[in-house]
Amino acid sequence: MSSSAAAAAPAAPILEVANLTQTYATAAGPLTVLDDVSFTVPAGGTLAIVGPSGSGKTTLLGLCAGLDRAHSGGVRIAGEALEKLDEDGRARVRNAEVGFVFQNFQLIPTLTALENVLVPLELRGERGRESDALALLERVGLAARADHYPVQLSGGEQQRVALARAFINDPKLLFCDEPTGNLDAANARTVTELIFGLNRERGTTLVLVTHDPELAARCDRTLRLRGGRMVDET
Amino acid sequence: MSFAFILKTAARDARPSWRRLLFTAGSVVLGVAALVAVGSFGRNLQQELDSQARGLLGADLEVSVRGTPLPGAQAVLESLGGERSEEKAFASMLVFPGRDGAPDRSRLVTVRALDGAYPFYGDFVTEPAGARAALGAENNVVLEETLLRQFGVAVGDDVRLGQKTYRVSGALRQIPGESAAVALLSPRVLIGQAALEDAGLIGPGSIVRHKTYFKFPEGTDVEALVAANRERLREQRLGYDTVAERRQELGDALDNLNAFLALTGFVALFLGAVGVASSLQVYLRGKRATVAVLRCLGASGRTAFGVFLAQGAALGLGGSLVGAALGVGVQRLLPLLLADFLPVDVRVAVAWGEVARGVLIGVVLTLLFALLPLLAVRRISPLAALRAAVLDTGGRDPWRWFIGAGIAVAVTGFAIWQTGDWRLGLGFAGGLAAGLGLLAGLARAVVAITRRLKLASAPYVWRQGVANLHRPNNRTTLLVLALGTGTALLLTLFLTRATLLEQLRGVGAEGRPDLLFFDVQDDQVDGLRELLAREGTPVLAEAPIVTMRLQALRGVAVEDILRDPSSDIPSWTLRREYRSTFRDRLTDTETLVSGEWIPSVDDPDGIVPVSVEQGLATDLRIGLGDELLFDVQGVPVRTRVASLREVEWRRMSPNFFVVFPAGVLEPAPKFHVLASRADNGALSARVQQAVVADFPNISVIDLTLVIETLDRIFGKAELAVRFMAMFTLATGVVVLGGALASGRRQRIREIVLLRTLGATGRQLAGIQLVEYAVLGLLSAATGGLLAVGANVALAVWVFESAPSAPWTAFAVAVPTVTLISLVTGALAGRGVVNHPPLAILRRAGD
Repeated sequence: MSSSAAAAAPAAPILEVANLTQTYATAAGPLTVLDDVSFTVPAGGTLAIVGPSGSGKTTLLGLCAGLDRAHSGGVRIAGEALEKLDEDGRARVRNAEVGFVFQNFQLIPTLTALENVLVPLELRGERGRESDALALLERVGLAARADHYPVQLSGGEQQRVALARAFINDPKLLFCDEPTGNLDAANARTVTELIFGLNRERGTTLVLVTHDPELAARCDRTLRLRGGRMVDET
Repeated sequence: MSFAFILKTAARDARPSWRRLLFTAGSVVLGVAALVAVGSFGRNLQQELDSQARGLLGADLEVSVRGTPLPGAQAVLESLGGERSEEKAFASMLVFPGRDGAPDRSRLVTVRALDGAYPFYGDFVTEPAGARAALGAENNVVLEETLLRQFGVAVGDDVRLGQKTYRVSGALRQIPGESAAVALLSPRVLIGQAALEDAGLIGPGSIVRHKTYFKFPEGTDVEALVAANRERLREQRLGYDTVAERRQELGDALDNLNAFLALTGFVALFLGAVGVASSLQVYLRGKRATVAVLRCLGASGRTAFGVFLAQGAALGLGGSLVGAALGVGVQRLLPLLLADFLPVDVRVAVAWGEVARGVLIGVVLTLLFALLPLLAVRRISPLAALRAAVLDTGGRDPWRWFIGAGIAVAVTGFAIWQTGDWRLGLGFAGGLAAGLGLLAGLARAVVAITRRLKLASAPYVWRQGVANLHRPNNRTTLLVLALGTGTALLLTLFLTRATLLEQLRGVGAEGRPDLLFFDVQDDQVDGLRELLAREGTPVLAEAPIVTMRLQALRGVAVEDILRDPSSDIPSWTLRREYRSTFRDRLTDTETLVSGEWIPSVDDPDGIVPVSVEQGLATDLRIGLGDELLFDVQGVPVRTRVASLREVEWRRMSPNFFVVFPAGVLEPAPKFHVLASRADNGALSARVQQAVVADFPNISVIDLTLVIETLDRIFGKAELAVRFMAMFTLATGVVVLGGALASGRRQRIREIVLLRTLGATGRQLAGIQLVEYAVLGLLSAATGGLLAVGANVALAVWVFESAPSAPWTAFAVAVPTVTLISLVTGALAGRGVVNHPPLAILRRAGD
């Protein structure tokens, strides 16, 4: 937990995870990939989820972001229980409260950099925010590439566009899935600085899944998973 | 690497994507089906013609003459020997007596008065069977079956021809060798020649076609007999037809019909092959990693190419085999669609040669098109296995040119094979290239317009949907091409038919005649004039007609020209009976092109200055000042060409090839033709009724009936062509479905991403809806534009009339094609919108 946040009044949790269990049916019988995981993240906090491959990190991130329904247990984002919402309801919550950064960037290949950044706003019907999007692209150093399509950008540049997109709707929560996993060292450093810099500037809560111990170390807390169970929290 | 390795790897690699490949193969199914159906049907038809050859003529030889035979004709006919049967065919009005006080009704028909035992081979198809035999001496008639239906007449009822009443003894269904379509305008009525007496049907000036049918003893060489008597027949201006000639004429006509239908079907196959190439391109884009890994593991570029070539070949073969099976089924429908145009009943059987040919064409064309995207496989670097962004090696691939040339040769070769005429083949290939090129150009232009469209104020769903059409890797041009071609074909058919009908309606435009009375005798003119005035349909045009024959042309006897093998003057222009008129002025359907119009002459015995229709002058190879000698019913009349006229034949007015000045032909035996206008159907029927009652020998051509009939003929012909064109539209739909299916992975990725970013299901569905709706709209618009262009070109250069633009056609085509696009899009994109967003993490995470 952030010491500065703790020194002031304890912030209300923006993300609450309670007894989260996820089971998939397989030919060999039910397979539990997440087993009774509970934690909270206060507003403005940063949390790293680490663990070996197959430990359930991505499943946990997906459930936290409302990308899937849990077998049991619950997730609340800004007090709203995701399990009570249908897919469209969860989409609304994501659009209003959540930003995403993916390992493989996930830009829409058919949209320019600027258009990619604008998508979350356009989905909620907001108009005339091109200047905000350009300002964010400027912030990530890509204002000059606003009209370029993803295929015309390098991996590092694509991830910076993805960052601008993640922050355009001023999310309360930013989920990052191995954000530097596909980048070289120099680009990884740039992107990391941008993530934490923007996080500070905008007071966003950060939840990131990573294999990178250095990246995890920059977070307030680290949650360690193994075989679907929480084994450690520091 | 062994061939076995290539096949095994191809099969293994295709395993996870077999559904997509199946969809891709579907693109060629309909094209091959069309070719097999038409080819197989054509073969059956030709076999039928061969087996019924003698029945097609009903005799060994048919000799005919239009108008009064020359005095020596009968002697020539008798000298040919064999058993003879005669027929006189002429136009007349058939009257259906009204029942229970209802007024009589009448209809222009072609009366065919028969004697003897014709047909000697085969029989007319009648209901009840054998009605032909009952024509004999009694006053029986056999009516075209459509007449019975149309006028509610039954066998046993009475009808009137001229001044005589006849009993309907049967319905005529088919005369072997004749197609029912020819009888639509003037239905056939069969009677015995003996029953013709006292009917007063044939008067002076009646155009009667005399036919004599011959049956010779078995073993007679009819061709040799005809060859030996050719000159004598020509001298008497007699035309002739043998079984072999009739078989040849029918075969040629049906070959043309077959080639036309096959080429229409080929457009569908071509479009399908383009669709295969496009789907394969997307498919192979996803196979870069596979190819790179194979290369890393030691496969040569050629082996990698071989693996995917094997898949392409399997696609072509699979699609073509399914298409062939479908074609064999579809073939059963063609005889039904073409029934009115076929001279014989066709038995449906599978023509295996045609099936093999369809499959071969399908495989070759698919492979040629598949090679275009396949070539790139050879150039994928093994480095691509390590870095996704590695560029493929080399610049432009010269093989693309070879394959392009191969496609051009294949298409042209097919068209020449099908039409048997290299000019037509080249024309088809050029037309196809021009049509598709134009459509692709239009599609690109429309895509460029959507890119520039300022939709800033439109909702996001609209902007995203429209934007999808011009984003990188879009296949809008292909899809517009796929749907647009079918739309263009169908709309062109529709517009052409509308233009032709509009042109006919223009014939009877306000104030112009729409009723033509012919065979009017000298002493009937005044009576008819009075009657028409009384009925409120006064005479608008009138012309006396004098029949004559051409005796000499520029001093050379017509017989000598007919005998001269080096003469290129069409023999009909020399043999025919000319029906000329005389007057002192031009009519409003004529324009003087050259020379001087001479209204009248004072000296009837001098050389008479005549005016000749321009087209006839060209055929006869004559010009101003040339001399023509006419035999006017036994009196030689010397004339010279004083002027040439252009005649608007389409107008319903008495029009003539040769017009004499006043002052020469007045004393000659003549009859008249009169024109008037009735304006509405009821009045027209009443006038015809009154005329037929008072003057039974006079025949009436009713423009409304002509238009109705031609509309029906167009409709029937269009049905068959439309059926083939439907294959093209359906192929377009399959190509659309295939393209959407092959782009499904990218589509899912986008949709899942939008879901993750907070898009609702409604928004996602909306984006797709807008995209496919706009796509359909663009296809209809581009197809429509092409159709309008084709129609204007046809109207201006072929039909020489103003193009018609029925907006209702667009009002139907646009929403229909849009709906087709929407439904196809919805079916191909089924489940995409509901893809769980979690998939987005699975691609990257654990």
